[in-house]
Amino acid sequence: MPVMTYREALRTAMAEEMERDETVVQLGEDIGVYGGTHLVTDGLLDRFGPKRVIDTPIAEGGFTGAAIGMAMMGLKPVVEMMTWNFSFLAADQIIQNAAKLRYFSGGQVSVPLVIRGPNGGGVQLSAQHTHSLEGFYGHFPGLKVVSPVTPADAKGMMLSAIRDPDPVIFLEAGALYGTKGEVPAGDAKVPFGTARVAREGSDITLIAYGRQVNLLLRVAEKLAKEEQVQAEVIDLRSIRPFDEATILASVRKTNRAVVVQEQWRWYSVASEVAAIIQEQAFDDLDAPVERVSGEEVPAPYARNLEVAAFPSEQQIVDAVHRALYRGA
Amino acid sequence: MASSVSGTRLDNATALGWYRQIVMIRLFEEAAQRAFRQGKIGGYLHVYSGQEAVATGFLDAFRDGDKMLTAYRDHAHALILSDDPNAVMAELFGRGTGLVKGKGGSMHLFDAAHGMLGGYGIVGGHIPLGVGIAYALRYQQTDGIVHVYLGDGAIHNAAFHEAANLAGLWGREGLNPTLFILENNQYGMGTSVERATAMTDLGAKFDSYGIEHEKVDGMDLEAVLECAHRVTQRVRETGKPYAVEAMTYRLVPHGAGDFLERYRSKDEVRQWRERDPIGLVERKLLEAGVVDEQRLGEIRDEAKRIVDEAVRFADESPEPPLSELHTDVYADTAG
Repeated sequence: MPVMTYREALRTAMAEEMERDETVVQLGEDIGVYGGTHLVTDGLLDRFGPKRVIDTPIAEGGFTGAAIGMAMMGLKPVVEMMTWNFSFLAADQIIQNAAKLRYFSGGQVSVPLVIRGPNGGGVQLSAQHTHSLEGFYGHFPGLKVVSPVTPADAKGMMLSAIRDPDPVIFLEAGALYGTKGEVPAGDAKVPFGTARVAREGSDITLIAYGRQVNLLLRVAEKLAKEEQVQAEVIDLRSIRPFDEATILASVRKTNRAVVVQEQWRWYSVASEVAAIIQEQAFDDLDAPVERVSGEEVPAPYARNLEVAAFPSEQQIVDAVHRALYRGA
Repeated sequence: MASSVSGTRLDNATALGWYRQIVMIRLFEEAAQRAFRQGKIGGYLHVYSGQEAVATGFLDAFRDGDKMLTAYRDHAHALILSDDPNAVMAELFGRGTGLVKGKGGSMHLFDAAHGMLGGYGIVGGHIPLGVGIAYALRYQQTDGIVHVYLGDGAIHNAAFHEAANLAGLWGREGLNPTLFILENNQYGMGTSVERATAMTDLGAKFDSYGIEHEKVDGMDLEAVLECAHRVTQRVRETGKPYAVEAMTYRLVPHGAGDFLERYRSKDEVRQWRERDPIGLVERKLLEAGVVDEQRLGEIRDEAKRIVDEAVRFADESPEPPLSELHTDVYADTAG
C-alpha cells in the first residue's frame, strides 16, 4: 500500500475527484498560485486551471456564500478555510444558508459543498488562531461534520465528502499535515457515521477524534506496558452523523469510558458522548464516564501554557485511574 | 407571467397583461395583510405594496434558464415566476400545498423549476449566493443570468461588499452575469438612507467594484421595462455584472405587525401615494386610449377573483403532514 502524508492524502482525493468529475471546483485564499498556506492544494492550479482552482480575496463570507450558490447549481465546490478560525466570518453563510437551504426550500435545493481546513491547536498560534469547532458545527442539523486523523481516512473521507449531496464541514488535524501513513490506492471511500476501533482492548474504552486519537494510542500502550490495562481506543471520525453502535458495543464490553477532546468541555462533543453512553448503556457502566477537555481559557501562546491548556497523557491516565477506581 | 413580445410600452392592448399582474400583486398583498391580522398567517409578513413595478418590470425580461434571488419581501417575485398564487398564499398560511410545502413561509419562497432560487431572511445574506450562481451559469456554458434583488438596507452589509467585489472580479473574465437590482425604498426598516450612510448615492457603491450602474424610476413600470430589457441583454451578452438602483417606496409599514411609523411622516407617505405605480400605469393606459375605466375595472375584478381563489385554496388546504418535520434535512431524508 502506498505511504503518503496526511496532506498528500487530501490532495490525492481532491485531484482524483477533479479528474473524474468536472463539476468539482476549488475556492479559497491563496490555494492556487501560492500553493495553499499548508500546501494541501499545491499543484492543482497547474493541473486544472484557474476556472476550477479559484484564488479568492480575503473575504470568507463572500467566497463561502458564492460557493454555496455554485453548489445550488450542481457544482461541487471544495472551499479551503485557511484555518477554521476564519470561518466565524462565514458562519452566517454556513449556518443560515448551507445548512438550511434544503429544508426551507422544501427540498428544492441541494448544497453539495465541502468546506475544509485545519482545525485545533498545538502549534503556538494563540487565542484567535486556535479553536476546535467540532461541537460548534456539530450543533447544526443540515451539516455533516467529520474529523479524520489518519492519512487513509483523510483520503477516504474526502472522497465521501466531495460526493456527498449535503454540506460537509471537514475538520483537518492541522498539526498532522506532515504525518505519514498507508493509504489505499484508488476509490477507497470511507463512509460517514462509522467510528473506527483504533486499538482493541477489554478493560476501558478511550474515545476521541482528530489528533487526540494519537494521544490515546500512546496512553493505551503505556497502560498496557506499565499497568497491564488493555484500553480500547475509538476514533469517532464522524461527529455528525454519529456512530452510536460502535461506542455502545465497546462500553458494553469494557464497562468504563473516558472521552477526550481538545475543545472546551461545556456544551461539547465529549459531553454529548458521555450523555449517550449514560442514556443507552447505564446498566453496563461500572463507573461514571470521564471527560478530559481543553482548559476553559482562550488558547495561550507560550509553549508551556499551551501544553497545559490541552489534554495531557497524565490527565488521561488520571481519568483512567478514576474510572478503574485505582489510586493515583 | 406577462410576455415581453409586445415590447416595453404601455400603448397597446398586450400591456393590459402587466396591469392585471401588478394589480393582482397589490390585491394579493392586501389579502395577506388581512389574513395576518386574522391570525391565519404567522411569523413575519413583509408586503411589497408600492414596489410592484420593480419586480414586474425586471421579471418581464426574465428568460428560461435565468435565476433570481431576493430577500424576504419576496411574494411578488414568487407570484410572477411561479404563476401559482394558490401555492404562494398556501405557503403564507403554512399549508402542505404551499410553494415549499409549508416549511419556509413568507420569507423563503422558492420555485427552482422556474428559476426562483429563493427568498432569504438575513439581510444581505443571499447576495454572495447569487454571485456564485452566476459563476456556475457561465461555468456550465449557458447564457443564463442571475437577478439579485436587494434593498437599500442591505448595501451596508459585508455580504454585499464581499459579493460585489467577487462579481466585479469574476466579471472581468465574463464569468459573472449578475444583475443587481437595488430596490431603494428609502428605508432599511425604519432607518432612512440618510441615517444609515454618509455616502447616500447608493448606486455609486458599485463603482468600488468596477460594476457599472444606472438609476431607474422604480414607480414607473414603463421606465423599468425599458431598463430591464436593455440591461438584461447587456449582462447576458457580456457575462459582466451590472447594477440598477430602482428608486421606489414602500407604501405600507415594514412588516404587517408594525403600526407605528415614527420614522416617516404621513405627509411623506401621502405624497408617494400620488406616484403609486398602479395609478401611473392606469393613467398611461387611459391616455394612450388603450382602455377605458370600465375595462380597467373588469381587469381589477379578474385579479380579485384570482386572489380570492388563492385565499380560499390556502384556507381549505391541509397543514403539512407531521412526517414533513424530519424530511429535507439531508438528501437521504428527502420528502
